[in-house]
Amino acid sequence: MAYTPEMKELIKKVEATRPDRVAMAKNNEHYPALTLKEREEVLNKYHPDYQEDGKRKVKVGPNKGDVFQEEVAELLESQSIIKEDEADLSEPDYETDVLVIGGGGAGTSAALLASDGGADVIMATKLRHGDSNTIMAEGGIQAASQECDSPFYHYIDTIGGGHFTNQPDLVSTLAHDAPLSIAWLERLGMMFNKLEDGRMVVRHFGGSSRKRLHSAGDMTGAEIMRVVRDEARNRSDKITILEFCPAAELILDEDGKCAGAILYNLETQEFYVVKAKAVILATGGFGRLHIKGFACTNHYGATMDGVVMAYRVGVGNKYLYSTQYHPTGVVYPEQNVGLLITEKVRGLGAHVLNIDGEQFCFPLEPRDVESAELICEAMEKGKGVMTPTGRMGLWLDSPMIDEIHGEGTVKKELPAKFIQFARHGIDISKEPMLVYPTLHYQNGGVNINSDAETVVPGLYAAGEVMGGVHGENRLMGNSLQDIITFGRRAGAKAAEYIKGVDLKKPTLDHVAKFEKELTDAGIENPKTAPIILPDYSTDEVSAKRWTKVPIGGE
Amino acid sequence: MSETEKTQAPKMATGDRAILPEGARTIPVYIMGKRYEVPETLTIMKAMEYSGFKFVRGAGCRGGICGACPTVYRKAGDYKIYFGLACQTVVEPDMFLAQIPFYPANRTAYDLEEIGGEADAVHALYPEVFRCVACNNCTKACPMDVDVLAYISAVKQGDMAKAAEISFDCIQCGMCASRCMGEMPQFHIGQLVRRIYGRYIQPQAEHLKKRVEEINSGKYDKMLEDLTSMSKEKLTKLYTEREREPDLAPSGEWMPEDTQYL
Repeated sequence: MAYTPEMKELIKKVEATRPDRVAMAKNNEHYPALTLKEREEVLNKYHPDYQEDGKRKVKVGPNKGDVFQEEVAELLESQSIIKEDEADLSEPDYETDVLVIGGGGAGTSAALLASDGGADVIMATKLRHGDSNTIMAEGGIQAASQECDSPFYHYIDTIGGGHFTNQPDLVSTLAHDAPLSIAWLERLGMMFNKLEDGRMVVRHFGGSSRKRLHSAGDMTGAEIMRVVRDEARNRSDKITILEFCPAAELILDEDGKCAGAILYNLETQEFYVVKAKAVILATGGFGRLHIKGFACTNHYGATMDGVVMAYRVGVGNKYLYSTQYHPTGVVYPEQNVGLLITEKVRGLGAHVLNIDGEQFCFPLEPRDVESAELICEAMEKGKGVMTPTGRMGLWLDSPMIDEIHGEGTVKKELPAKFIQFARHGIDISKEPMLVYPTLHYQNGGVNINSDAETVVPGLYAAGEVMGGVHGENRLMGNSLQDIITFGRRAGAKAAEYIKGVDLKKPTLDHVAKFEKELTDAGIENPKTAPIILPDYSTDEVSAKRWTKVPIGGE
Repeated sequence: MSETEKTQAPKMATGDRAILPEGARTIPVYIMGKRYEVPETLTIMKAMEYSGFKFVRGAGCRGGICGACPTVYRKAGDYKIYFGLACQTVVEPDMFLAQIPFYPANRTAYDLEEIGGEADAVHALYPEVFRCVACNNCTKACPMDVDVLAYISAVKQGDMAKAAEISFDCIQCGMCASRCMGEMPQFHIGQLVRRIYGRYIQPQAEHLKKRVEEINSGKYDKMLEDLTSMSKEKLTKLYTEREREPDLAPSGEWMPEDTQYL
């Protein structure tokens, strides 16, 4: 829906301050950024991750004693969805060299590199191949490709943005491999935004010292996903794709090596046993847990499955308490609520403004700081804009982009966003957007080393499921880069590893052992996980589902 | 009640679970012919979930970019057929809707390294492109407003750049193929053309090639190794003192004063 008359009245205040602000931007003048000390203060006071309520210690597993958000803790302390006494591992339904779990950017990159290395690959995906957060990533992918830039500065920006909590070897790998990833994608035929001579168009982003963000329109992730998926489809002799078959549990062999997984056919409710010499977890993040009830930008299947399965084979995680709130999720119109407005909008010069049309923050602070500043402005200072459905927002002044860079820039640089708003009667090159922080990204995840190896031989992890590279805060464009960097590394390493592997008898003993730990710790009625898909039934409908067993019998 | 308290009131939608606020209106919609009352302003996807449907197929990114939720609908008293994404289309009273989560379409495998940049290769892989009768049903069915007919015409004429540009917003939902009188898989053809364009027609990035060579020669290995063992104090100093490339500096022209780490 277009803005209401009341909202249009408020937009006039934004228009009133715009000429001065545009003049400022043209002179390369900015609202002052916060000092490191000021950042810390605003984070502690207003960022949902830094506040204490809704958190607790977990009682079992590799991270026993660590503190997590309630929604995460209860999944770490969950039981298997498989009745172990009925599961028969002796006759696998599928056998392969490498099993990739997850069909987003990391999983597909891993599958491609594993097949390059000569391995036969099965890729199991929860929904369709490509349904992932990768496809939703809009703004771009980082790599130090410019002459004024280098992996050194990519490292510095990344670890500074992560408040120096990042795992150093992973950051080093990311900075090192990033230009290689871009060259790989270019060779696969990805349509990057380029100048006429082929030079990559690059931009600033929150926390950048150099323009390092490469893009493809404002659907960079979708373009990456389309290209790598298309390439995987060209290799059907080496890569078999099993859609609507999420993994339910990992299988180990008697020596403790990873030996495959049990998949669940969502349509027939059968379980399949896959025997594999190596397994790559690329299951993505946990946005659909809706921590603290926040709206989220994630795809439908982002339910933390990989972390849960890894936990039961003894692979711990780091920084999982840290959730990234993207500062600019849509709050109006209703059908776009929770959708992400790429940081590129601010990179192109759009200011963030309060109800009076005034600036109150540097628009390109690291994301967590920016989020905290928006929450503070709305909640503490009461200067947010209330929508007709009771949601709170702040203005993101997109029309000034055209005034700075020339008419038509918004439409050219942000085509998908332009369409998404135009569809609902809002022209973002003429009217500002209304935004508020939205749950966006799982900063932490399972522990790996720079070759994407976990502590379990034959088990690898890449993409949002793994943690450490971003520390407690991720910079824009580093997630699209980490899925390619670590996806490629995991695939290549797994293809090498399988050559010397001799699998022993497969077992689910680790699950029984884990469930005993739950009982011993006094955890009653644990959740059953992976949860695979979120449930959006209303309380009213749920209350009327009176069946004892599914219709048709058990 | 202050503004702050108002926003924390319990009666609010959480995550994607919709609620019917007090005093809000419902409207009737017909999901596969069956009537349900749903709150107005909801998307088709959230309205179906509000009605008690749980998606396995037909839901993906929920943000209008993955192509999992194409929906076909009609309105009472209107002969027209409409297409939209369930996550991006708002319900209207007396809408009759069904989802098409999958539509069969043949895809031909190819080797990008061998295919070359000529349109002939595309014509050879998809000869059915010449069965197009320019009926424009494909374009009418596209929920992304892609001019499908225009890019298919460009393919026929051998204008790969034009076809790549026009098809760029394609989310591969398959609705074009579902309505095609020539029975072709437009979205697979568009994908092929875009990869050929990116690989063979768009000029390659020379500065990137140079950087790849530098990395492979080991130029940055020592620098990165030093960084991984550097103290937080030293890293903080480097972080706070780093120069920022000016916003409006043309690409490839600005250089920092300190060039020892480039």
